Amino acid sequence: MSTAKLIIEKISKSFSEKKSGKVTHALQDFNLEVGAGEFVVLVGPSGCGKTTLLKIVAGLETATSGSVFLDHKQVSGPGPERGLVFQDFALFPWRDVTGNIVFGPEVLKVPLPERLKMAERYIGLVGLGGSERKYPAELSGGMKQRVAIARALSNNPDVLLMDEPFGSLDAQTRNLMQNELLRIWGEDRKAIIFVTHSVEEAVYLADRVVVMTAGPGTIKNIYPIGLSYPRHRADHGFISLREKITACIAEEVKII
Amino acid sequence: MLANLPQLFPTPVDVLKALYDLLIAPGPAGLPWAGELWGNTIISLWRVLVGFAIAALSGILLGVAIGWWRNVRDLLEPIIEILRPIPPLAWIPLAMLWFGLGFTPAVFLIWLGAFFPILLNTVLGMESTPKKLVEVARTLGANSGQVLFKVGVPSAAPSIMAGLRIGIGIGWMCLVAAELTGSNSGLGYLIMYYYSTMEAAKTVAGMLMIGIVGFLMFTALKKVEDKLLFWRVQA
Repeated sequence: MSTAKLIIEKISKSFSEKKSGKVTHALQDFNLEVGAGEFVVLVGPSGCGKTTLLKIVAGLETATSGSVFLDHKQVSGPGPERGLVFQDFALFPWRDVTGNIVFGPEVLKVPLPERLKMAERYIGLVGLGGSERKYPAELSGGMKQRVAIARALSNNPDVLLMDEPFGSLDAQTRNLMQNELLRIWGEDRKAIIFVTHSVEEAVYLADRVVVMTAGPGTIKNIYPIGLSYPRHRADHGFISLREKITACIAEEVKII
Repeated sequence: MLANLPQLFPTPVDVLKALYDLLIAPGPAGLPWAGELWGNTIISLWRVLVGFAIAALSGILLGVAIGWWRNVRDLLEPIIEILRPIPPLAWIPLAMLWFGLGFTPAVFLIWLGAFFPILLNTVLGMESTPKKLVEVARTLGANSGQVLFKVGVPSAAPSIMAGLRIGIGIGWMCLVAAELTGSNSGLGYLIMYYYSTMEAAKTVAGMLMIGIVGFLMFTALKKVEDKLLFWRVQA
């Protein structure tokens, strides 16, 4: 599959504790290819290395072995072509909404008028019009996550990496943000790798759901979700996929 | 002896009268500022501002470097940890030996007093820069200098401001102490002078002025802080 946008090839990662010298294997021989504009969701038991994998793809951690290729170029270190969104938003509290969103273009020395135009576009895209001058302390969780998503998109990345982005939101906001993300994805079609604990969220969003094994994390199964958008959580197809994937993860949890 | 008692324990009225004398009426000859409070207040204020400015500049610069780069920290921390416990007042004899009397030793002592709280709070602030903010900045394309100045320094700003506030308080105390011994002008000198002439009311008036000026400086700094750090989460 040479059309893949992002290729994760035989990634292994182990940590050794400083004191005991005990080695923990977080990831082992993880292989995944993500197509341009594809929405891939990773699910798996706690501690299966999902976050570690995202950080390796983001370039914030180095793999013990294996490589990540973006457009067939090997990735080394973080870069603006891979945007990252954290669960706890990680907004710069001293910057207002606009200031947060233009951080990327600003450090990449995009001229100011252009930057402001981009800010306007992404503020509109994530539905934050009217809140441009607000500071993170004044925003609700859902709004903060909109800012974080806009900030990650503002560099126009090829891949958006999302680490349980809606994990800390209440159920209503979470559903709303899922729809918002699908809308944004529809308009600004990026490849997305999305990590979540919620199988329902995975089935609702993904082109493909990747189930990981308990540590060391490797791929247990991949489920293509053939349902068309917008999806309905009560549909028979939806429920049967959800149950299948839930059962698949449950096998892993028992082992622990 | 008994006749001196009212002089040693001045009433509020005595103090107010002394304040009037010192602020408005011309003072006795012999004092460099003709006994008036204004001149000595301005002298003290000028010394503390110069000393504090040097302390702020050096404390913040060094604190940012120590808090951000591990090897700078390893290099400088032992020296700082040995110098820090020495009370600024213990430097007074050396300051007088090096700089004589007046402006320079006073500025030196203020710098000493204000420097360490500013330094330590800056170090603390830099070290507690949230790792996630650094990571986000790097994924957005920031280079190491941009991470330092656009993430590290602003995220340390509340801690740096707290250091400045503590620093100016200690600096002001050190100034008065320096003027008590190593100076022939300033508010510290003034209260010492009126001690030697046994005018307790004027001594108290001088002390009041020290309190008022200290309070005003503190308040001004707090205003600056609130203005700069308006983005902080209001609890």
